[in-house]
Amino acid sequence: MHDDDLVFKALADPTRRFLLDRLFTRDGRTLTELESELEMTRFGVMKHLRVLEDAGLVVTRKQGREKLHFLNPVPIRLIHDRWIDKFTERRVSALTDLKRQLEEDSA
Amino acid sequence: MTSTATLDTSSATANTTQVYRIFIKATPQAIWDAITKPEWTQRFGYGLKDEYELRPRGKYRGHANDGMIAMGMSGVIVDGEVIEADPPHKLVMTWRMAIDPTLAQEGFTRLTYEIVEGRGGVSRLSIIHDLAGRPGHAAMVAGDQQGPGANGGWLWILSDLKTLLESGAQMSPDAQLHPHD
Repeated sequence: MHDDDLVFKALADPTRRFLLDRLFTRDGRTLTELESELEMTRFGVMKHLRVLEDAGLVVTRKQGREKLHFLNPVPIRLIHDRWIDKFTERRVSALTDLKRQLEEDSA
Repeated sequence: MTSTATLDTSSATANTTQVYRIFIKATPQAIWDAITKPEWTQRFGYGLKDEYELRPRGKYRGHANDGMIAMGMSGVIVDGEVIEADPPHKLVMTWRMAIDPTLAQEGFTRLTYEIVEGRGGVSRLSIIHDLAGRPGHAAMVAGDQQGPGANGGWLWILSDLKTLLESGAQMSPDAQLHPHD
């Protein structure tokens, strides 16, 4: 059963956010590929991936002999629907638009 | 260079498979019906009138709904072929946006629905969409072609399906049979 708590906890760590960013850039990676981008032991990366998997943010699939890790954006979407859509979407999108515009101008 | 070429192919394949997983408080049968029966498929996502021949090599057609017809769209919006149908747990099929000539030209994608019953009346629905070599379809189902704040793609469809099954499933059987009444 999916719990917002698991998702928030999983996201409350920079290494796990980094792993999600890597999967967003290129999905369907092996542990070995993900490990190569982090200064961390294989065991450490596995532990983080397990937390992400428990929160439903990462889904693994077997492909041949490899186990591939996929980003599952659904839990974040549901949190968005529950917590952001309802109260703040207009304000948030105005702010994110402003941020994007300012950053583009300064680039 | 053979080994490099092989590696490139496998990572390109992995890169173009999209996986979505959602937990829904509903039976596998209810989810199966929502995906395969036109009286349900019209009630979430893009609301197509889906028509399936649920056997290997059976046809799949997603027809324009009444609202689309009123707006001047008609005919088959999405088409494909059933590869494997194991109700209410697994549906493997080909899938293509038939109404858009550019997308139709890309060819068929491979779409798998997996439904697993969990504890407490909650089922797990996974979508595995193999979009290798179909960048237009990949962008569409990822919701990329929508403006900021707009909705689209699998995320939106699944979120909508969850809402329908968890809240709308209590509606009277009559309302289910006549969704637009």
